[in-house]
Amino acid sequence: MASTSPLRFVLNDADLELTLTPDGSDPKLGRGCAGGTSVLDFVRRELRLTGTKEGCKEGDCGACTVLVGELDDGGRVRYLPVTSCLMPLAEVAGRHLVTIEGLDMGQANTVQRRIVEAGASQCGFCTPGIVVSLVAQLMDSSELESDADADCVDRSLSGHLCRCTGYRSLRDAAAASFCDLRGRQGVPRLVNAGELPEHFLGIAERLQALQAPPAEMNLDRPVVAGGTDLYVQQGEELPTREVTALRTLLPHRPELRGVRVEGGRISIGALTSFEDLAQSEVLRKRIPTITEFMHLVASWQLRNRATVGGNLINASPIGDVTILMLALGAEAVLEGQGEARVLPLRDLYKGYKVLDLRPGEILTGLSFRDVEATEFVDFEKVSKRRTLDIATVNTAARLHLRDGLIHQACLAAGGVAPIPLLLRRTSEIVRGRPIDRETLSLAVAEAQSEISPISDVRGSAGTKRLLVRNLLIAHFAKAAGMEPSDFFLPNAA
Amino acid sequence: MDHLDAEAHTRGRSRYVDDEPRPAGLLQAAVVPSPVAHGEIRSLDLTAVRDYAGVVAVLTAEDIPGSNQIGSVLPDEPLLSTGEVHYIGQPIALVVAEDFHAARHAVARARLDIDERPVVVDPKEAFERGHLIADPQSVHMGDVDAAWAQCDVVVEGEATISGQEHVYLETQRARALPEENGAIRVLSSTQSPYVGQRTIAGILGVPLHQIEVDVRRLGGGFGGKEDQATPWACFAALAAHHTGRPVEIVLSRAEDLLMTGKRHAYRSDYKIGVTRDGRILALDVRHFQNSGAACDLSLAVLGRTLFHTTNSYFIPNVRVWGAPCRTNIPPATAFRGFGGPQGMFAVESALTHAAEALGIDREELQRRNLLRSSDSFPYGQNAATVRIRRCWEELDEGFDLEATRQQVEEWNDRHPAVKKGYAVMPVTFGISFTATFLNQASALLHVYTDGSVSLSTGGVEMGQGLFSNLAVVASRALGIEPTRVRVESTNTRRIANMSASAASSTTLLNGNATLRAATPLRERLLTHAGERLGSDPSLLTIENEQLLCDGEPTGWDWPKLVKSAYLHRVSLSAHGFYATPEIHYDEARGRGHPFAYHVCGAALVEVTVDGLRGSYEIDRVRLVHDLGRPLNRRVDLGQVEGGLAQGLGWMTVEDLRYDETGRNLSAALATYKVPDVYLMPRDLEVRFIEEPDTEAGPYHAKAVGEPPLMYGLGVVFALRRALRAFGRDGQLPFVAPMTPEQVLLQLQGDDDPSRLVSKSLGTRVPVPAEAVSS
Repeated sequence: MASTSPLRFVLNDADLELTLTPDGSDPKLGRGCAGGTSVLDFVRRELRLTGTKEGCKEGDCGACTVLVGELDDGGRVRYLPVTSCLMPLAEVAGRHLVTIEGLDMGQANTVQRRIVEAGASQCGFCTPGIVVSLVAQLMDSSELESDADADCVDRSLSGHLCRCTGYRSLRDAAAASFCDLRGRQGVPRLVNAGELPEHFLGIAERLQALQAPPAEMNLDRPVVAGGTDLYVQQGEELPTREVTALRTLLPHRPELRGVRVEGGRISIGALTSFEDLAQSEVLRKRIPTITEFMHLVASWQLRNRATVGGNLINASPIGDVTILMLALGAEAVLEGQGEARVLPLRDLYKGYKVLDLRPGEILTGLSFRDVEATEFVDFEKVSKRRTLDIATVNTAARLHLRDGLIHQACLAAGGVAPIPLLLRRTSEIVRGRPIDRETLSLAVAEAQSEISPISDVRGSAGTKRLLVRNLLIAHFAKAAGMEPSDFFLPNAA
Repeated sequence: MDHLDAEAHTRGRSRYVDDEPRPAGLLQAAVVPSPVAHGEIRSLDLTAVRDYAGVVAVLTAEDIPGSNQIGSVLPDEPLLSTGEVHYIGQPIALVVAEDFHAARHAVARARLDIDERPVVVDPKEAFERGHLIADPQSVHMGDVDAAWAQCDVVVEGEATISGQEHVYLETQRARALPEENGAIRVLSSTQSPYVGQRTIAGILGVPLHQIEVDVRRLGGGFGGKEDQATPWACFAALAAHHTGRPVEIVLSRAEDLLMTGKRHAYRSDYKIGVTRDGRILALDVRHFQNSGAACDLSLAVLGRTLFHTTNSYFIPNVRVWGAPCRTNIPPATAFRGFGGPQGMFAVESALTHAAEALGIDREELQRRNLLRSSDSFPYGQNAATVRIRRCWEELDEGFDLEATRQQVEEWNDRHPAVKKGYAVMPVTFGISFTATFLNQASALLHVYTDGSVSLSTGGVEMGQGLFSNLAVVASRALGIEPTRVRVESTNTRRIANMSASAASSTTLLNGNATLRAATPLRERLLTHAGERLGSDPSLLTIENEQLLCDGEPTGWDWPKLVKSAYLHRVSLSAHGFYATPEIHYDEARGRGHPFAYHVCGAALVEVTVDGLRGSYEIDRVRLVHDLGRPLNRRVDLGQVEGGLAQGLGWMTVEDLRYDETGRNLSAALATYKVPDVYLMPRDLEVRFIEEPDTEAGPYHAKAVGEPPLMYGLGVVFALRRALRAFGRDGQLPFVAPMTPEQVLLQLQGDDDPSRLVSKSLGTRVPVPAEAVSS
C-alpha cells in the first residue's frame, strides 16, 4: 500500500488535511501520524494541544475525553464524547474533533465556573476531560429531566476518575451547571448564550465540504471497530501502523449500524455502538432494562466507541454484550469476498479467542428471533466495582413462560469457560418445568457440569461457581416474581 | 476563596511537566525493567536496543558517574541494577531516543538472561527467613503479660490488609534541561524536590548547587511522589548529562503500575483483653510489614503504624511490635496515612473481635475506651490535644446513632437476602513528621514596587490547595487581598533543603514559615510608615489594603506604602524559617512527644449487602471532623471528602495483588479499580468542629490531608455487621479490602455450588409445601 491518502477533518476551528503514509509520517508533522495513531497522541504529541491529558490509555480514566462531531441524517452535527486514547486518527476523517482548547471562550464558561466555585478541581489533571463531558451533556439537545437530575449527573461523570475530590463537589458542579443552562441545551442555543465559540455554528457546512470518497476495506491491516479493547491490547504497535477503521465505511454502508425489526427478527448492525443499544427504542420496548444494563457495563465515552461487532469478534469469554446475544439466540452474519453466510453465534467460538472466521471474512451484523411479550430477557453481572468494570461472572437468560411452565429457555454465562458459554444442557433441562426448587436444583447442578472456570484476578474458580449458581437463581426468581432466598434451604443436610 | 489554579485547570491551561513547550532536541527516555522478581543477571545484551532506529544512548549502572544509590533513608537501592534484581519492574538499563515510540520499541529488544532465585512475597515468610530491612521496632506501656489475668475475655487473631496503588492521575515524569558548566535544571513531578536534588547530585557526583529541581504542580501525589518520584528525575538528569540534550521521561500507566512502589500491605497478629464491663485492659500486636525490595520510607511508615495502633483508645497495657519485612515486590512507600491506617485496622479488628466475643455492641466498646485528654499514648505523649470524645458525642447525637441502629435492625429482620450494616470509625491522628528533624520549613517573600507579592516556599502544590492556603496566610499577614499574592513554583534555588510535602504538615510548616517571613516585613513597613507619618508604629495596622493609625485611615494604601518603602531603601524581601516547637522522640526508648498535636474525628458508615451476589452499596457516610480554624473551608472539605473516597476505595474495590512469582496481577486500571462516581454515596454529610484550640496554626488551622482517609476503614466493619446479620458467626476473618468476592466467600465459601443449600441465604421461614417438590 504505497499510496498516500489525505485525511481531512476539522479540529476545533481549523480545517486540517494530513497526508498519512504507510510508515506513519506526515511530511509536515513528522512521525506519529499513522492512521492507527491514537487521537490522544496526535493532539498532545504532534499538535501540542496539551489540555487533553493522558491518564491510562485504557479508556478507564476519561482524562483524554474529546468530542467528536459528525453529520447526522438531518445535516446537523451531533457531538459525542469519546476517550481519545482508544480512537484511531484514521477515524476523524470528515468529522469535527473538539478538544478542551476548542471549547475555550477566553474566560470560564458556566461549567468551568461551577467547577471552580464548587471546589471540584484539586490537582486538575482530570478536570479538562470532565469539562468536555459536561459540555457534551449540554450540547445534547434533549431536555434534562429535571433541574439537577442526579442520575443524569452521574451518567455525565461516569467515565471519569477523579482521585482527589471524592466526586461530591463534581456532582454539585454538574448539577448546578445543568440547572443554570436548563432550556439552553443544544449547540445553537449554547452559542447564543455565550457558552460555546461562534465557529460551532458553521461546522455543518464545513463537514459537508469534506465528504470523503468511499473508504477502502483493506483487511491486511489491523481492523478496528470500536477499538476499546484492541487499543488496550495493542497500544504499542497500532500507533505506528495504518489501520482499517471500519467506521469510515459507514457513510457508504449505513446498514452496518442500527437496530431494526425485519420479518419477525431483530437485526443489529456490527457497528452499532453500545450507546445505540442503550437508546434503541426497538430494544427498550422488548428489553426494558437494556438502557440500565448498558450504563452498568460502560461509561458514556466508551459506549460511544464500543460496538456490538467488536464485542463479538473480540471473543472475550466475558464480553457483556456477547453473553446477552448468546442468550438471545443470535445468529452472526459474516461477509467474505462477495458472499455472506449465517452462523449461530454459539458456533462462532471455537476456543479461547479462536473464531470460526474464514480469511477475508468480517462480521457485518447479527439477528435474533423477535422477543414476544410473554418472554423475559434478563442479565446479571457481578464485578469488583459494581459499575464500569469487567465482570467476574456475567449471565443472561431468555425465558419463555407459558401456563406456569418454562416453554423455552436460553441461558448463557461469561467468565466461566475459555469461550463465552451458552449453557446448552442447562437450558434444555429446565424446559417444560415449573420454576420451583426442584427445577432450579437440576439447573444449578447441570450448570456446574457445563462450566470450567479458572482462578484469576477477577475471582477464584470457586467464587465463579458460586456466582453461576446464584445468578441463575436470580434470573429465575425475577422471572417468577419471587425472592431468590425462597429457593434455598438454610442448612446443609 | 477559590482554589488558585482551578480556573486554569478547567480550561486545560495548567501546565504539568510535559505540557511545557518542548525545547529543541528534546529526547525521550524509557527503562528496561526486570522481567523477574528475584535473580542474578547472567548476561545483558543491549545490541539490538542500541541499533534500533532513533536510539541515541543506552545507559547502564556503569554509566553512572557518581554513586548508584537512590535510598533516601538507607542506602539499599541502586538506580540501575548492578547485576541483581529484586522485583519485577526494577530498572536495569535506560534507553534514550529521539521520540517516544523509538524508546518504547527499543526497550522491548533488550535480551536478558537471568538466573532466577526464590521469590518471597509474603511478609511473614520473609520474616521467618530473616529477610528484614532493619531491626523490628516496638512501643510499649504498662505490663501486658500481667494484664491478661485480669481480663474476662481474651481473644487473638490476625488482621490482613492489602497495599494500595496511588493512581495519581498524572503518572511519574520529569524533564531535565542541561545548562552551562554542567548544571542541570530538572522539572520533576515530585513531592520532595530537595531529595530529588540531593539524589541527582549523588548520582552525577556533583555538588547540590549544580542541580535545580523545579515543581510547578503535581497531577496528584498522595505520597506516591515522595521518594518514588526520585528515580525518574535521576534518569532524566543522567540522560541529559550523557547526551547534553534535554531529556524527558514520562511513564505510561502500565509502566507506572508495574514499576513504582505502593502502600504497604500488613499482616498483624493481635491479642486483646477486655473486662466484662467493656474496658480494654491489654493489647498486644505484632505487625509484619510488607516493605518490598528496598527500604524507601518503610521504617518511618512502620514507626507511624506503631504510634497509631491504639488509634483513639486508651489502653493501659500495650505492646506493639513491628518488623519491616523485605520481599520481592516494588519497594513500598508513602501513601496518605503513612502506616497509620494499618495500625488502626489492627486495633479495630481486635476490638471488634473482643466485642463479638463479649456479646456487646462494637460501638459501645469503642465509646467506653475513647481517649481522655488526661490520658497518655503508649509512646509517652499526653493526649492533651485529643478531642475524640467530643467528636464521638457530636456524631452520636448529631447524627442519631441509635436511630441508625434501629433502622438497620428493622431492615434486617424483614429482608432475608439483603442485609444492612453500619460502623463507627473514630480517628485520632498525630501531626508532624515522626523524624523530628524534618519539621522545618522556609519561605521567601518579595514585594514588588507595584504592591504585587511573590511567595516561594518549600511546599508542593499537588491538588491539596496548599497554594491557596499560602496565599491566604501571606495576605492576612500583610493585610492585603489574596489576589496580590502569586505563589511561585517550588524550586530548590529559591528554597533550600525543604522537607517533602507530606505528613499532613505542608500548610503547618510552610504556612508558618510564610508568617515568619511576612510578619517582620510588615513590621518593617509599619516602622517606615511611622517615620514618614510621624506616628507611633505600634498604632499602625494594614487592613483591607489600607494603612490605619489606631483604626483610622491615614490616606496611605498598600501600593503607596510599598512605593514609599522602596524609595527610602527599606527591604521589600524577607525570608522566614519555622521549626515546629516542643517535638522530640527517642527511638531507642520508644518514648517522646513526636507530634505537635492530634487531629480527631469520627465517621458513621452504612452499607447494604446483596447476599446473593456478594455485591454491596455504600449507602451513606456521615462524619464529624475536628478542623481547628480553617484557612479555606472549601479546600479542607475537599481534603476530607477526597481522603474518605481513597479510604473507601482501598477497603472495598482496590484489589492490589501479587502472585507467588512477584507479578502484579492488577497492573492495569482495567483490573485495579478505584472509586468512580457510582461508588461514592450520594448521601454524604460532613460536619466540622471549628475551634481555635491549637497554637500550631497558622491561624489555628489544623492539618487535614491524611486523617480523613482512615474514616474509610469503617466500611469493612459495616460490611462485617451486615454479614453477621446473615447469620454468619464471629469466625469471619478480618481482611481488607472487602471485595465483593471476599464478601461472597465469607458468606458462602462453604456452600456446594451445585446445591440450593446455604447457611446464609436459606429462608428462615417454612417454605409452603407445594413449592417444595423433593
